[in-house]
Amino acid sequence: MRLILEVWRQESPTAEGRFTVHEITDAREEMSILELLDRLNHQLVDNGEEPVAFESDCREGICGTCGVDVNGVPHGPRDNAPACFQHIRALRDGATVRIEPLRALGFPVIRDLIVDRTGLDRIIQAGGTVAVDAGTAPDADALLVTHADAESALDFAACIGCGACVSACPNGSAHLFTGAKLAHLALVPHGKKERGRRARAMVAQMEHEFGPCSQIRECVLACPASIPITAIAAVNKERLRAAFWTRDN
Amino acid sequence: MEDLDSLRTIGSAIDGRVPDDHPADAWEDRKLSYRLVNPANRRKFTIIVVGTGLAGAGAAAALGELGYTVEVFSFHDVPRRAHSVAAQGGINSPRARAVDNDSVDRFVKDTIKGGDFRGREADAYRLGQEGIRVIDHMQAIGAPFAREYGGELATRSFGGVQVSRTYYTRGQTGQQLQIAAAHALSRQVAAGNCRLHSRQEMLDLIVADGRAQGVVVRDMVSGKVRAMTAHAVILATGGYGNIFYKSTLARMSNATAIWRAHRRGAYFANPCFVQIHPTALPLMSQWQSKKILMSESLRNDGRIWAPARAGDDRAPADIPEAERDYFLERRYPAFGNLVPRDVASRNIRERIEAGYGVGPLRNAVYLDFADSIARLGRAVIRERYSNLFDMYQDQSGEDPFEVPMRIAPSVHFSMGGLWSDFNQMTSVPGLFVGGECGWGYHGANRLGANSLLSGCVDGWFTLPYSVPSYLAPLLGTPLLPLSDPAVTTAVHDVESRLSAMLSAGGTRPPDSFAAELGEILDKHASVTRNPEGLRLAIAQIRALREEFWTGVKVVGSGDRLNQELELAGRVADYLELGELLCIDALDREESAGAHLRTDHATSDGEAMRDDERWTMASAWEAAPSSGVGAGKPIRHFEPLTFVAVPLEQRNYK
Repeated sequence: MRLILEVWRQESPTAEGRFTVHEITDAREEMSILELLDRLNHQLVDNGEEPVAFESDCREGICGTCGVDVNGVPHGPRDNAPACFQHIRALRDGATVRIEPLRALGFPVIRDLIVDRTGLDRIIQAGGTVAVDAGTAPDADALLVTHADAESALDFAACIGCGACVSACPNGSAHLFTGAKLAHLALVPHGKKERGRRARAMVAQMEHEFGPCSQIRECVLACPASIPITAIAAVNKERLRAAFWTRDN
Repeated sequence: MEDLDSLRTIGSAIDGRVPDDHPADAWEDRKLSYRLVNPANRRKFTIIVVGTGLAGAGAAAALGELGYTVEVFSFHDVPRRAHSVAAQGGINSPRARAVDNDSVDRFVKDTIKGGDFRGREADAYRLGQEGIRVIDHMQAIGAPFAREYGGELATRSFGGVQVSRTYYTRGQTGQQLQIAAAHALSRQVAAGNCRLHSRQEMLDLIVADGRAQGVVVRDMVSGKVRAMTAHAVILATGGYGNIFYKSTLARMSNATAIWRAHRRGAYFANPCFVQIHPTALPLMSQWQSKKILMSESLRNDGRIWAPARAGDDRAPADIPEAERDYFLERRYPAFGNLVPRDVASRNIRERIEAGYGVGPLRNAVYLDFADSIARLGRAVIRERYSNLFDMYQDQSGEDPFEVPMRIAPSVHFSMGGLWSDFNQMTSVPGLFVGGECGWGYHGANRLGANSLLSGCVDGWFTLPYSVPSYLAPLLGTPLLPLSDPAVTTAVHDVESRLSAMLSAGGTRPPDSFAAELGEILDKHASVTRNPEGLRLAIAQIRALREEFWTGVKVVGSGDRLNQELELAGRVADYLELGELLCIDALDREESAGAHLRTDHATSDGEAMRDDERWTMASAWEAAPSSGVGAGKPIRHFEPLTFVAVPLEQRNYK
């Protein structure tokens, strides 16, 4: 397959960015978007040019390291799939593909396609944790968790932290990410004990760095872990609950 | 062996510092003998942790919780990304709640036998004993383990053991444990006990006064090289399987941290013990970036076969039953397709190398579900394997319900790693290891679902005991100043290496060296090995390494984000480790665990250990640069004894 790539190049966070155009003549259907970038980089390095900086690690959809906008859509054309599972076979021979960093106010560009997503980690640090020290936990078999609660917690806990939801959102909102963590931890025995203080702290940090939610739901289509839309409802539910129920739990 | 002596020097017996008791009592006794640090004094000690996977995040969080000052380094942007995240199947824990007759002793027996009697028995006991509360802890900090309808934890049987001791969260156990651990670390970062240095890659270890006292790191964004000093250093930097170029490991996983520590004095244990998983997606083109693991549970319902005639390139459906060779069932009638990983990998490799491989690159065999689908129906197969079938179809474009899967062995896990004593301390005092970058539990082969367990046990429930005991007598010792010659020399060494790579002025990108090294190792140092091949590999690797330093082309500069430079440094270290891996494979004159040496096999071609000579761990000291034995690594050895699990030979016929 022949593809024309328009790729965002930006030397540093403060430098002007621009698109550069490249032709790949031997793309193969089974290549992922990331392997297409590998191919491009081989070509660039062979010509003595600097390769396009982009991030990836596990390349099997679980680490959340990768993330680029492909033709304006986070990760690529297929819904609910990370960049490493977005294959070229979804594109037309001869097509032009525009690859740029995950765009969001909360994600400043570091270089080329690499953005700084530590804002999401600061939401976790604010309260997406459980205050149990090593070795102090009681017998996990003695704390019964219904099958349904465990499965539901897993639906939310599946988040890979890639930030596609933020980039997909016209407001740059981190509601899906934050709500997934709030909902997950509200469903597990120890997590419940800090439900109120967690909601207050995480929502405050989220609003400090990211935009508001207007229920546009682009995030749900972009999410490679298929986090359900109810995660967004969880943000408001947990926030309201914490406002009325002023205790820590 | 004259030519072996030209490659290595034999050193002396080393002491694993295991208490003299029965191995089942060793950990309890050792914990009691450990020294403690007064809570008020803990913050005066600085501990560096490199890596934020299960072992690193766990150790950092636990030591932070205790009140130590912890400096955490990661080459990722955030701690959650570490490769522990990718483990699928589950985590073993001998909680023995069911009545299937599990126990800690049975766990140890499975682990030691699985490792083919080349691991340390007392370590396996600690793994089982502390493994019980690992589940309690990980559940408490947020990992939502699968639950039965009654509300209790669910378990499954995994990796060829006959009891059900594997705890899991769907097919994403590693992810859930890793996120829980990373979040526990985040809690300590927020509390100010741990300081997180992300996008920083460790490039050297600082050793002064015979103690590990710091690391040299490169900021991967600014390119700045700097040192940080501490009272102790913990490496939790994962395995080195990517030395084979394309493996099931994540792209960034590398050996640099442990290899640099090795060059500064840490012994390297059993580098040749690398696990090759039988069922991964084969490479389908040059551009496929990795091999994706397909859970070995597939072998429960899939039948492995190759065409009976070499070079048969008909579509699988066109090959009649009589012209198919179900070679595992033919050779191992008792176990059939469920032979252990190494036996499956070896036999699949043998078929492929003999010309019976299938697929566009003839580098795979079939894993066929047709019989199971006919017997059980599509619905049952879909329920059991839907996520794996979907992943396969996504990657290959073929539907395994219609066309048999193509699978091939792939490098997966390194049982070898930095040698450590029973306290997880390496041969350099003050340098500790946790998780896959260490060596002790898995011997010559790792049991399924034991890797997540070892990361958790090391991080949460071993290092927080042993590191303080090391620190206690150092109370009042100031941090090594950054002006110390040991620090400035290490920083200078790193800067010289970086500029040597940047200015080599060659024509080959680092990736092409990595590919060539991977090819050499794959050919000569994979599941099946022979002395001639290993000698050839050593010569080839030496030549390649020589070429590297003049022939490598690293575009870009060192003072900014430069992924080519990062890769070049990792490849440079692989070119050294690769040679040691082959020397170790050549030196170990037996077939153990994951590997078959063709000159140490039974008359029917099965692996043969040599317990008389090799019931020991090899612990390699880096070659002296001058004087007697210059250029030859020194192989020390730790004799292993087996008290609870008597030595016996495996048999799967």
